[in-house]
Amino acid sequence: MRAAVVTFPGSNGDYDLYKAAQHVGADVSFVWHRERDLDGFDVVLLPGGFSYGDYLRAGAIARLSRIMEAVVAFAKAGGPVLGICNGFQTLCEAGLLPGALVRNESLLFQGRDVLLRVDRTDTLFTHDYDEGQLLRIPIAHGDGNYEADRATLERLEAEGLVVFRYVDAAGETTDEANPNGSWHNIAGIINEAGNVMGMMPHPERAMEALLGSTDGVALFTSLASSFAAAGPAVREAT
Amino acid sequence: MTRYPLEIRIKPRPGLLDPQGKAIHGALHSLGWPDVEDVRVGKVIYMDLEAESAESAVAAAEAMCRKLLANPVTEDFAVALADALEGARP
Repeated sequence: MRAAVVTFPGSNGDYDLYKAAQHVGADVSFVWHRERDLDGFDVVLLPGGFSYGDYLRAGAIARLSRIMEAVVAFAKAGGPVLGICNGFQTLCEAGLLPGALVRNESLLFQGRDVLLRVDRTDTLFTHDYDEGQLLRIPIAHGDGNYEADRATLERLEAEGLVVFRYVDAAGETTDEANPNGSWHNIAGIINEAGNVMGMMPHPERAMEALLGSTDGVALFTSLASSFAAAGPAVREAT
Repeated sequence: MTRYPLEIRIKPRPGLLDPQGKAIHGALHSLGWPDVEDVRVGKVIYMDLEAESAESAVAAAEAMCRKLLANPVTEDFAVALADALEGARP
């Protein structure tokens, strides 16, 4: 798997993401936001951070950077794109995923471990998890409150596009387990085509027992094994 | 071409939870303004724009709102000539 990690000014999760992809044997490269093409990559990873200082709205300026034209083309051609935290916000701003991430209901920045439930295990990104499996994964965000219009929210549920939800130890989507006020405790969603996923929690920070959790590993092994089996999905993206 | 000062108001869409407005609402209540019924926090962008006419200046700013300045999922916007609005510009 050849993975591109896009770096925007203000990205801070790019090295973690690089290491996580490398951990599962990927051939990883950083791609600077001024670059124009993603030729030869199998997977594009958009990291967490505070691109452009979150000015205007989180992800609003990043989605106008030059590389995003290539990311949109790559995604439209069916290439797998994963956006984590600020990467998720950027995918929403770019229109590759529906909805938006607004200020946490508590108004507080939330930096801690949360429990996630895996609701979809038939995706490129999650097939190494078990359905309903609970994961301990860190979050670190001030704008993670998932919002969309009513029709979009209903469509997400009807079509089963919610991949991860914030839950308690019993696996229930309680208000107490919801760190940011997201509708239906949504922590991560996928598009209809199944090739673009965004999530607020940081699986790339849950890769080593020494750092508290290895529950993020299966996300990256899922992606990597998709490519071992099928070969590169997209070579000519732009 | 004339230089038009514009004021672009961006506010959370009705029905959308606005945590900042809710927090300020609570704070005003606790400070002794129980009659405050609803508070919503938006933003104002001040812009000077060269255009052929006031109409084209407003139309251009509205296009900017649709493309970048406002997120249609969560925000509504209104554009006006700043001179037409009450109150001083900063």
